[in-house]
Amino acid sequence: MSALTFTLKNPAGPADIDCGGLTADTLAGKTAAEVAALPLLVGGRTAKVDDVFEVSGTDAMQIVFRGSTARCHRIGAGATTGSIHVDSDAGDHLGAQLRGAEISVTGSAGDFAASEMKKGRIVVQGDVGDCAGAPLPGNKKGMSGGMLVVHGNAGERLADQLRRGQILVAGNSGPYTASRMIAGTVLVLGSVGAHCGHAMRRGSLIVRQRPPLPATFADCGTHTLAFLPLLMASWKEAGAPFATLPVNARVHRLMGDTGNGGKAEVLVWA
Amino acid sequence: MSDTTPARSMEINGTVIDDTFAEGFGMRGTRILITAQNHRWAYNAANAMTGFATSVIACGVEAGIERELSPDETPDGRPGYSVLLFAAGSAVLIKQVETRMGQCVLTSPTSAAFSGIDGGDRINLGKNLRFFGDGFQQSKKIGSRRYWRIPVMDGEFLVEETTGMVRAVGGGNFLVLADSQPQALAACEAAIDAMKKLPNIVMPFPGGVVRSGSKVGSKYKALMASTNDAFCPTIRGITRSDISPGIESVMEIVIDGLTEADVREATRVGVQACCDIGAKGGIRRISAGNYGGKLGQFQFHLHDIMGGAK
Repeated sequence: MSALTFTLKNPAGPADIDCGGLTADTLAGKTAAEVAALPLLVGGRTAKVDDVFEVSGTDAMQIVFRGSTARCHRIGAGATTGSIHVDSDAGDHLGAQLRGAEISVTGSAGDFAASEMKKGRIVVQGDVGDCAGAPLPGNKKGMSGGMLVVHGNAGERLADQLRRGQILVAGNSGPYTASRMIAGTVLVLGSVGAHCGHAMRRGSLIVRQRPPLPATFADCGTHTLAFLPLLMASWKEAGAPFATLPVNARVHRLMGDTGNGGKAEVLVWA
Repeated sequence: MSDTTPARSMEINGTVIDDTFAEGFGMRGTRILITAQNHRWAYNAANAMTGFATSVIACGVEAGIERELSPDETPDGRPGYSVLLFAAGSAVLIKQVETRMGQCVLTSPTSAAFSGIDGGDRINLGKNLRFFGDGFQQSKKIGSRRYWRIPVMDGEFLVEETTGMVRAVGGGNFLVLADSQPQALAACEAAIDAMKKLPNIVMPFPGGVVRSGSKVGSKYKALMASTNDAFCPTIRGITRSDISPGIESVMEIVIDGLTEADVREATRVGVQACCDIGAKGGIRRISAGNYGGKLGQFQFHLHDIMGGAK
């Protein structure tokens, strides 16, 4: 069986497309014709899948989006199984509430990538927008499991209210990184924007250069921490540059946000 | 005096193997990996963790160091030791693991502790120990495993949340009957050296050897067990002795293992090491302790185990 492939017919089209239903959970066992006839929200109106996508292949456990753009939202949302490959860009809510599937994106993704993700893995070769790993608007807990790997940059409020899981960013992250973070682990290899760790409660933000932290973070000295080698060993499967990090690095530990009663840590490579 | 040398004869290198069996019991067992900055401090923690753990009768658990671990064999890439602990039931094992972790491993400088069994029932390793952190403890979930980081005076104590508990076998044993005490001890040392190369087993007594084998019951009502007078050479003339003339010393090796096959293999290797010394080295007989086969669910028949030996 060949991969179930959705090729965007009009990449220049203006309407937003809700791709949330196009996962193995809903498409398994359906023929290409049956998939093509399924309803799809396009620009707020109900259309059919083949109004916007050419559909080929039948294996819903391997879904491919070809030529997709930042208008293609909610790709892989809530998916529990299978793999989804996006050979270009993805829109907002990529892998939101993901529950076990694996998603790879060759280009960049929009806002709220991995939002409230529970399990699984998302790898984005380009950038992600704002609020990656954060809760959906109105909710109080962000990503609670799995791993988000970003090889480019991340926008504002990366890991806002992160509950569990890991986010690895090879590039830079925007303002309010790890704000209100509840637990979990975030790694940023590039620079981090202003107000980093604002109201952070628990969890670890690991960075290479000291970020602009609020004054309510307290210096706890430089240490060799036993859990870091285990953590870094788990990043080997994420490939370069994460696989090549020094295993026994010493880290400068800052804890806060004490203004919020927080006991989170920002670890800066010494 | 009676000499009950068995009718079915088996001899290896001049050493008589009694036609008898060791009686083993079902136990609950677990393995814990203990690491530290170097082997010296990993050993100190492992040794303390498995101290006062010779017999479930008074110690709660029977435990020992299984083997040394090189840095590439441990989860955190540091030198370590694996320890095995066995108890008669799961409740006792759970309690003993928690107590010993708190007093012997948490306290030991630079130590960390990890699960040594992936499957089985999950029992607490650091799950409750974390409260020592008084709210400053941090959880870190890596893959499917959860770890606790507890701030302590030398840095952080890293401990995995749970370890695996499995059904195991205890009470494997054999007796070494020798011309003299030094010869009995030398044979037991050789046996322990050989057996320590095997996985999944421990010999819980000091150095792996016990010289005070016991029988069930006593003339004193308060005691459940007393000296195994049938194998005590200094009173052989006035008791219902089980030792042949000329035998001056008897020592026992007790084996606990994760499976029946592990205990069986350890018995074979240990007895063979004693027989390699043989009659010329003063090793006259190998026997085993049992309760008539009525109490234990496992029987380790020496003739069956040593059947292929020469």
